[in-house]
Amino acid sequence: MRLRVGPSTSASVRISKLISLGAALVFTGAAAFADAAPRRIVSMNLCTDQLAMLLSDPDRIVSLSYLATDPRSSAMHREAQVFARNQGQAEEIYLQEPDLVLAGQYTGVATVNMLKRLGKRVEVFLPAYSLEDVRDGILHMGQVLGHQARAEALVAQFDADLAALREDVQNRPLAALYYANGYTTGDKTLAGQILLAAGFDNAITRAGQSRAGNLPLELLVMLQPDAVVTGAKYPGQSRSEAILDHPVIRTLQKGRETGTVADSDWLCGTPYVLRAIADLVALRHRVEESQ
Amino acid sequence: MSRLMILLAVTVAVLFAASLAIGPAAAPVGRSLSALFVDDNGPLSMVMREIRLPRALLGLMIGISLGMAGAGMQGYLRNPLADPGLIGVSGSAALGAVIAIHTGLSAAFVLGLPLMALAGALGGVFLVMLLAGPQGGSQTLILAGIAISSLSAALSSLVLNLSPNPFAANEIVFWMMGSLADRSMTHVWLALPLMAAGWALLASLPRGLDALTLGEDAAEALGINLTRLRLKLVIGTAACVGAATAVAGAIGFVGLVVPHILRPYVASRPGPLIWASALGGAAMVLAADIVVRLILPTQDLKLGVLTAIVGAPLFLHLIYKTRRAGV
Repeated sequence: MRLRVGPSTSASVRISKLISLGAALVFTGAAAFADAAPRRIVSMNLCTDQLAMLLSDPDRIVSLSYLATDPRSSAMHREAQVFARNQGQAEEIYLQEPDLVLAGQYTGVATVNMLKRLGKRVEVFLPAYSLEDVRDGILHMGQVLGHQARAEALVAQFDADLAALREDVQNRPLAALYYANGYTTGDKTLAGQILLAAGFDNAITRAGQSRAGNLPLELLVMLQPDAVVTGAKYPGQSRSEAILDHPVIRTLQKGRETGTVADSDWLCGTPYVLRAIADLVALRHRVEESQ
Repeated sequence: MSRLMILLAVTVAVLFAASLAIGPAAAPVGRSLSALFVDDNGPLSMVMREIRLPRALLGLMIGISLGMAGAGMQGYLRNPLADPGLIGVSGSAALGAVIAIHTGLSAAFVLGLPLMALAGALGGVFLVMLLAGPQGGSQTLILAGIAISSLSAALSSLVLNLSPNPFAANEIVFWMMGSLADRSMTHVWLALPLMAAGWALLASLPRGLDALTLGEDAAEALGINLTRLRLKLVIGTAACVGAATAVAGAIGFVGLVVPHILRPYVASRPGPLIWASALGGAAMVLAADIVVRLILPTQDLKLGVLTAIVGAPLFLHLIYKTRRAGV
């Protein structure tokens, strides 16, 4: 570093002092950044909320998304009660002075971009489409939070629990997942993978569908699934959910085993998907007994 | 005249059969129709009886209702622009239905849904008649219709947005555009009593409406009680449109297009036009419901999309014509 030598030495000394001080600050800052885990974490997405709660120290979480405490969507709604919640607005999140913002792929793009422009570190997590994605998501979160060891332990536990749930099924019963508006999920979705892991075949696959989409009621009837697993209803009335009360669905479920999808265990790639798998394994046992 | 009715009846019968035969579950037409009458103890009978039959029946019933209501209102107001959808009756019926569903009234009381839709439709018809006056000048009629439609659409959207249900807000489209997807026999029975009452009331109008073409004084001289005629028209229209909207949302333009096309074939007499429009309306709704299933078999394309594509240009044409005529 070369300094301009001028007539006023005292001034140049002051400048050199300032520069070295600034450099020192930058270096220590970078070192702190590299070493320590983020201390002010804000999560804007239901799924990153839960992964953060699982892996971070609670005192480092500044706020979670407003959905974190919704019992219908969040598997950890009780644990989330103690944290502050945000509505996912750039303004409020910036004012919470986070050093790490956790967002989902479909979190408001404008909000995420604005936070990045404002110099915030934003980590975007992809939604899980498979049980492998669940493992990856946990490990990714561990890395981002600086808690790799915790994440690896959690994944090891997840693997062990999943292995315990898996059974060798000879005749896999046919199940269909059916939600409001005739929405259904195929094999290439997390819900579809949960169904497969529990030893069911997905009826939708026979209709040539592997992703999520709408399945007309007629086609569902023609598939004659052994079990129709319907989405849990939300409060209030809606025409979208009325399809789950259609006489045809009632007839399909009559004399057959039925299940309900509680969104909280199915939505996010967290170890709580194991709970959904366990529920479905129990359902499959009932189906097999009744056949 | 009677030849027209036979032609229309045959068209409706063919479209009704086609509506039963067409669906995403591709089964041969013959087998489908036999599964409708003879229970095959399998899925096809269930599809035919519980999914396609109610859909076709509702298409038929709603078409009759909207066609008759349109022809009746046009005959009474002596204005070809009077369509229940355009003048806000469907919109206000939808508001009534939305309120019934989202206050829990429809769940608590079986007939709550159609009766609230009736109340909404009555409010709409009453307001329009009040604003448009007995002669129903085109400008006031259309302006009143715009105001009532916008207000009821806004209030429906408000109710749907206030609902705790995450799906409710997306259903604004259904209430504005209408659809027959995934309806069941429950909806047929829910709508039928009110619709039948509406049909009966509108079916008693033809003589009075024919007389009214000579002017109000002449009609009264012929022994027509104008107050009773008006009352029957208002209640009949509200019952028809209310019941139709309660189960299928607001389907626009049917009551505009059908009487317009059929008018020349009945020598412009509003009486026979009501009967012809009943069949014509049924044909239009059944045809539209077949086309939505052919265009997008797995998605729920709204009926109102198709009826508006056909109806809106005609509406523009009619406005242009009435403006030139200086009405």
